[in-house]
Amino acid sequence: MSSATTRDVPRWVSVVLLPIVNLVAAFLVSGLVILAIGENPLRALAILVNGAFGYQEGIGFTLYFTTNFIYTGLAVAIAFHCGLFNIGGEGQATLGGLGVGLVLLWFDFLPFILILPLAIAAAVVFGGFWGFIPGYLQAKRGSHTVITTIMFNFIAATLMVYLLSQVLIKPGQMSPETREFLPHTWLPFMHEMAAWFGLSLARSPWNASFLIALLAGGFMWVFVWYTRWGYEIRTVGANQAAAVYGGISPSRNIILAMAISGAFAGMLGLNEIMGVNHRILLNFSAGYGFVGIAVSLMGRNHPVGIVLAALLFGALFQGGADLAFEMPKITREMVVVIQGLVILFAGALEYLFWPYLAALFRQKEPVAAPAAAE
Amino acid sequence: MEQFTFFILMLDATARVSVPLILASMAGLFAERSGVVDISLEGKMLGAAFAAASVAWLTGSAWMGLGAGIVASVLLALLHGWASITHNGNQVVSGVAINILVAGLTVVLGISFFRQGGRTPQLAREERFLPLEWPGAQALADVPILGQLYSELLSGHNILVYIAFLIVPLTWWVVYRTRFGLRLRAVGENPEAVDTAGISVAAMRYRAMVLAGVLCGIAGTYLSTAQSAAFIKDMSAGKGFIALAALIFGKWRPKTTLLACLLFGFLEAASARLQGAFNVENASGAMAEFLKGLPFLIDALPFILVVLLLAGFVGTAVAPKASGIPYVKER
Repeated sequence: MSSATTRDVPRWVSVVLLPIVNLVAAFLVSGLVILAIGENPLRALAILVNGAFGYQEGIGFTLYFTTNFIYTGLAVAIAFHCGLFNIGGEGQATLGGLGVGLVLLWFDFLPFILILPLAIAAAVVFGGFWGFIPGYLQAKRGSHTVITTIMFNFIAATLMVYLLSQVLIKPGQMSPETREFLPHTWLPFMHEMAAWFGLSLARSPWNASFLIALLAGGFMWVFVWYTRWGYEIRTVGANQAAAVYGGISPSRNIILAMAISGAFAGMLGLNEIMGVNHRILLNFSAGYGFVGIAVSLMGRNHPVGIVLAALLFGALFQGGADLAFEMPKITREMVVVIQGLVILFAGALEYLFWPYLAALFRQKEPVAAPAAAE
Repeated sequence: MEQFTFFILMLDATARVSVPLILASMAGLFAERSGVVDISLEGKMLGAAFAAASVAWLTGSAWMGLGAGIVASVLLALLHGWASITHNGNQVVSGVAINILVAGLTVVLGISFFRQGGRTPQLAREERFLPLEWPGAQALADVPILGQLYSELLSGHNILVYIAFLIVPLTWWVVYRTRFGLRLRAVGENPEAVDTAGISVAAMRYRAMVLAGVLCGIAGTYLSTAQSAAFIKDMSAGKGFIALAALIFGKWRPKTTLLACLLFGFLEAASARLQGAFNVENASGAMAEFLKGLPFLIDALPFILVVLLLAGFVGTAVAPKASGIPYVKER
């Protein structure tokens, strides 16, 4: 590899340009796939963009998907900051949704103003618990979180099938779902909230959990960069030996980071269970946990980047649905292909184009410096 | 006698569901012993299942299907290698990317080629791998115990099942008794030493990738052309991850990994049999609840066991030392 280090190249090249180049590469390959199945990629792109942003209802759906991806993106990012890989977002989201659902089923005699904090707490505690165990096992027993979190996804899925088919199922129905929650426990939809202020928005699943997601992003920003805990987590992630030398306990921070990570993922339940489905059902996490990996990678583990990347994936999901409707040869799974390619190019092949970009943008060394070096 | 027949039938079912686990976990063994973490076993199997079913239908030959399955899986393995060996990318991220990419691509291409909602067309008998009847199996079926063992358990599987069970001793031989195997293990434990000895770390790891690709290719072909008669969306259904779990549970060794695969296969077969087998009405209270929950507990048991193992509560699992770490040659 060339000798270009991050130091010689302007920061914006690695922070902004590199992810964009990777994204373009992923889209070019996706375009080839669309070409291969006999459709016009440019027309597909136009339909996709119009589906995601071209009309009010579409924007609402885009932002509803975005909400999920903000939660799971934040979850992956906080673990990354501690040098951990959390691919258990699916399982943690499942548990978080279960917690939210139980609050809405069991405490629906309370007014909304009390239910909301209870539901958020349940999402955080249930999801956080599902992240805490792998974190604890990593910190105290050396079990690798990559494997344990995969296993916990499967355990959560099985647990949920059991609970919904045997325990929580509404008596007298076949499908494994609980009863619908009482309407006063639901998170308000954005079009409902707009109506309070006399504004009119098209109906869509976009709901108040979007605002909670933005708050969670703000929380992450303050927590990671402006608190001692965040500093300790980043130190452990950067260099465990240095952390120990500085009196920081790696195991404590690993557990903390994984618990917070699980809590973020668990909050997906607020959007899906409390905001949209209004009952506990199977598979509501629908792969959002895995997309969180792509979101976090694209967003460079920073809340601002994550919100932007989440918007991108939200647009892909909503635009992809429209695309499948408009172009009969293309199905919803095309979005999954694009997702996979984005993870591949932005994640695994992150530095594929780096040497070229670095060569292009390398700053001229100050004239005096080489002389001084000799 | 009745119980013995039941026992034989359970073992037979176990053998059949274990096959993809055995092949995929041996694939993982080669990859991880060479120092490349491979969570894309799932994706490689799924891709191979799709390619095998498509080509078997197009050419009318199960063997052509097998070839296509292996080619598809090897290409995915090389993609994993390109990202994680050549470009020193994060191996877990690369694996996740391949799993997601394949899950989408198989359906997109399947609908585009066949227009059956993501399925491939139903394969005819001669386009599949069919059970092989061993000589005299019919005649011996009535002989107690030995005859039953022969006709039910040994005879009557398709060729891929026998291949899978032969792959295990072969893997053992390659890994522990050949020069290639010695270098493979060395490259997963201490790549610097191998490099110093003048052997290319990257070339060794690429060879391991190809072997993993071939084995996952056979596993995927088994799913769509032997166990079923078509490719169905997401038909690998987590088997790649169970294989990974078995590999860890078997501590990255062929024999113990085989046992883990058989154990997990047995659990799957048992759970399928238990579902609805109990008469819950006769039981009451806590017992009824327990019986209702039991099949689910068995379903989750492979994953729970692996977590317990990794946590050091049932033995210890020590991964190859260099697995997951890209090898960057110092200059």
